Amino acid sequence: MAEHVLNAEGLNCPLPILKAKKALKSVPQGEILVVTSTDPGSVADFAAFCNQTGNELVSSSSEGNVYRFEIKRV
Amino acid sequence: MLDNAQQGDMENAKSMSIIVTKGSLDWAYPPFILATTAAAMDINVTMFFTFYGLALLKKDLDLKVTTLGNPAMEMPMMGMHMSMPNIVSVIPGVDRMATTMMKNLIKKKGVASIPELREAAVDLDIRIIACQMTLDLFEMKQEDMIDGIEIGGAATYMETASKSDINLFI
Repeated sequence: MAEHVLNAEGLNCPLPILKAKKALKSVPQGEILVVTSTDPGSVADFAAFCNQTGNELVSSSSEGNVYRFEIKRV
Repeated sequence: MLDNAQQGDMENAKSMSIIVTKGSLDWAYPPFILATTAAAMDINVTMFFTFYGLALLKKDLDLKVTTLGNPAMEMPMMGMHMSMPNIVSVIPGVDRMATTMMKNLIKKKGVASIPELREAAVDLDIRIIACQMTLDLFEMKQEDMIDGIEIGGAATYMETASKSDINLFI
């Protein structure tokens, strides 16, 4: 299974979400997209995005200034 | 039987409309940010551009900010905030300078540009309607606007708005 990664670091709202939406299109169903960002707002925003779209937020974590999200495509 | 994904799609079939009335660089952000984000969240979005909002649909965007009538405007500068008194707007070049400062900040902070958000709006299949009456009033031509837009009036908007879950006026 190929790893799907999106680097949204340095981007501000709403670009991480817009780019994640675009990236998810090329992720097969059931596979995971890993997104990294530096926008603190993206923590709440990715939770809301997944809630609304039905994609599963498998994990949400941070290390230093970088936030990491694992989103499983439905 | 429907699988979860399909059920999710049906539950999420929400819709939103936004009336866009302002054409300055700062006021261009709220409608485009909300519209693109909503579309990314599988919400059907219609944007109705009227009066000065139509400037946001021109092929050649030349958006500006003004300090005039905006007492809240402060620009971060060397760790401080420089307030922009209303009166300075009358000095030639001040609005141009404020616009340049704003564009530099936008770039520095990783905020999307308006052309970028507008492109995203088109990519996300947002329905864009330009107000026929405003086009007539200001003698604007559809050729000067981006491709893929509809022309319509108040009734066109109201038909959509009456079926939408969220209606905003910006």
